[in-house]
Amino acid sequence: MSGKIFIRVCMGPAGIAAGGKAVLDEFNKTLSDKNMPADISSRCIHNQVGCMGLCSKDVLVDVEINGCKSTYEHVKPEMVKQIVDDHIVAGAPVKQWLADEPLKKFLDKQEKVVLSDCGVIDPEDIEAYISRGGYSSSKKIITSMKPEQLIHEIKLSGLRGRGGAGFPTGLKWEIARKSEGQIKYIICNADEGDPGAFMDRAIIEGNPHLIIEGMIIGAYAIGSNKGYVYIRAEYPLAVQRLENAIKQSRAKGYLGSNIFGADMSFDIEIKLGAGAFVCGEETALIASIEGQRGMPRAKPPFPVHKGLWGKPTVINNAETLANIPYINRKGADWFSMLGTEESKGTKVFALTGKIRNSGLIEVPMGITLREIIYDIGGGLEPGKHLKAVQTGGPSGGCIPAEMLDISVDYESLAKAGCIVGSGGMIVLANDDCMVNIARYFLNFTQSESCGKCVPCRIGTKRMLEILDRITKGLGEPGDIEKLEKLGNDIRLGSLCGLGQTAPNPVLSTLKYFRDEYEAHIFDKKCPAGVCNALLTFSIIESSCKGCQACAKACPSGAITGDKKKPHFIDQKLCIKCGACFDVCRFKSVQKF
Amino acid sequence: MESILKEVLLRYRSENGSVVSILQDTQSQLGYIPQEAITYFASELNIPESRFYGVATFYSQFCLKPRGKNIITACCGTACHVKGVDKVVNAVSRRLRLSDNDHTTSDGEFTLEKVACLGFCSIAPVVLINGEVFGKAAVEKVVKKIDSIARKDDER
Repeated sequence: MSGKIFIRVCMGPAGIAAGGKAVLDEFNKTLSDKNMPADISSRCIHNQVGCMGLCSKDVLVDVEINGCKSTYEHVKPEMVKQIVDDHIVAGAPVKQWLADEPLKKFLDKQEKVVLSDCGVIDPEDIEAYISRGGYSSSKKIITSMKPEQLIHEIKLSGLRGRGGAGFPTGLKWEIARKSEGQIKYIICNADEGDPGAFMDRAIIEGNPHLIIEGMIIGAYAIGSNKGYVYIRAEYPLAVQRLENAIKQSRAKGYLGSNIFGADMSFDIEIKLGAGAFVCGEETALIASIEGQRGMPRAKPPFPVHKGLWGKPTVINNAETLANIPYINRKGADWFSMLGTEESKGTKVFALTGKIRNSGLIEVPMGITLREIIYDIGGGLEPGKHLKAVQTGGPSGGCIPAEMLDISVDYESLAKAGCIVGSGGMIVLANDDCMVNIARYFLNFTQSESCGKCVPCRIGTKRMLEILDRITKGLGEPGDIEKLEKLGNDIRLGSLCGLGQTAPNPVLSTLKYFRDEYEAHIFDKKCPAGVCNALLTFSIIESSCKGCQACAKACPSGAITGDKKKPHFIDQKLCIKCGACFDVCRFKSVQKF
Repeated sequence: MESILKEVLLRYRSENGSVVSILQDTQSQLGYIPQEAITYFASELNIPESRFYGVATFYSQFCLKPRGKNIITACCGTACHVKGVDKVVNAVSRRLRLSDNDHTTSDGEFTLEKVACLGFCSIAPVVLINGEVFGKAAVEKVVKKIDSIARKDDER
């Protein structure tokens, strides 16, 4: 045996949380042990990589010997020695720890473009990116292609914005190119506002140079020499890796003046978002970079004409920019072969919720929801069945289980009253209450409303009050109609995208799960058993051990009973907070 | 504190639109944004205090009151919500005797913060304790960790 041996340890968000650092350290220690045969340790290249995708099985470790790759799941530091001894030294993989079969199923229907190097290369090493073809297209473009030609190419590819709205990227660039002015800006929106999505985070942490290269190409297209990355402060590792990548790129002469030796200067600055969902809206984002409250303004003028500091500005989502280098490397024709007639390419989703294989996936546009949930996702968690899939976060909606064969693309989801959105995909099961989910999102948008326009500021507040009442068992006849009327008015009357889409989670659940709302309002029941106020808590005498945990937790003193004897809940005193249910270790508190 | 504020000011003085960055830097150094800081920056930069205050109250990142020594951050993103982060939040609140309006314990030891999303959706629910990630956070594990921090602090 000869040739390199690659060991890759997943250090994506979940990989780190599961202890990826300790596993990598252990490989370090084991491979540098003096008893290790020298011909082995010299051939081993072990490093951290970004998110490998199958987060629910982290820490994942890839071992690749002579092009033959095996992946281990749930790796702990104490497993490292055996993996090294058996697999790397003796050549026999440790079968019981391999994730190969489930991983193969997880990957089979995926189409990795943006994520093709994520989880493969060391994100902190520019050479790793270059060795996979990185910076080759930007160099070629800047030294030999006209901006108009480049824009034509991107238009041909059919790439549309991945932030949610789906505006054609090439067209946006063309307008900005033609927009008058010496100074122009390009901004990468990595503020990932959807609470329940982490695609941008994973891409930046896993392959930060991809974003930089996408921005360089975009800057060349529109004629800009200054770019900003607007990124969430809650993602410290992504910020750190991006800073590191920018430094490396400057040192190579890919950022700065006369980049690639050509007559173009371009540099990138990082601006930290300060936690405001509304800053995903272009004009609000610009206000935030300018150091103001992130409040949107009326459009037109659009940012491509009048943006940051009043200059023409292009704002592209991080995933959109990540597509650009690949389109240029492989050609517009190749890209436009992927996906559907109207929605080209792939989309990255954060697949989470009550699903077996939660993680980061990339699928061709036009794949069915069924394939995502059951083939890639491996179906629902044991004992649960699918109720709905939520996409688009607070601006999106719920697709019911009956519509599982829907094609996942901009047009089909819009027709169903939903959106592709930025890529959050949350799987909801029979134990999730749709009224509660709608209330959750409205609570979010209501508190994130910037307060500038009345329909959004007051309208969402009124809707939330109604939903609050319904989930507390105080719903009244007519509430559903009020929600629909208000929702439609807010949609029409709000200034920006936040308000215009805020009612979507309510309206889409009303469309598909009206019976659940009715059960809450008329029968005062929560069929999914989530809304505490509509439930009755009681103690199962036969299994109660009398441990008194519930009595101690009860804030209203409703639970009585002697030690080691079954306890009892006084329904008159019970405030239905659910504390007893949460603390009981014997599942002796029931709610119905 | 004054020297810290001076340093912050020096870093951003020449920059356009630096109000957000100044506040972020101040908070990362001091843990929160004291009234004195706003007064100081406003007079040095000739920007009305109300603008600083307006920005500081607009963004959820900023905190105008001192925070506890130990920070517990609960992710309230959608995935964490459906996976029951509320249970963890309730248990932590009970353990630390916090109310809806009180996020810091009276002895200044702990602060419980809820944030929109931490980006750990695939291992929801997620709670951070002083930056350490608790994925698939079980109530017992989180409370145990708080107990151990509280014990250590008592010993000191």
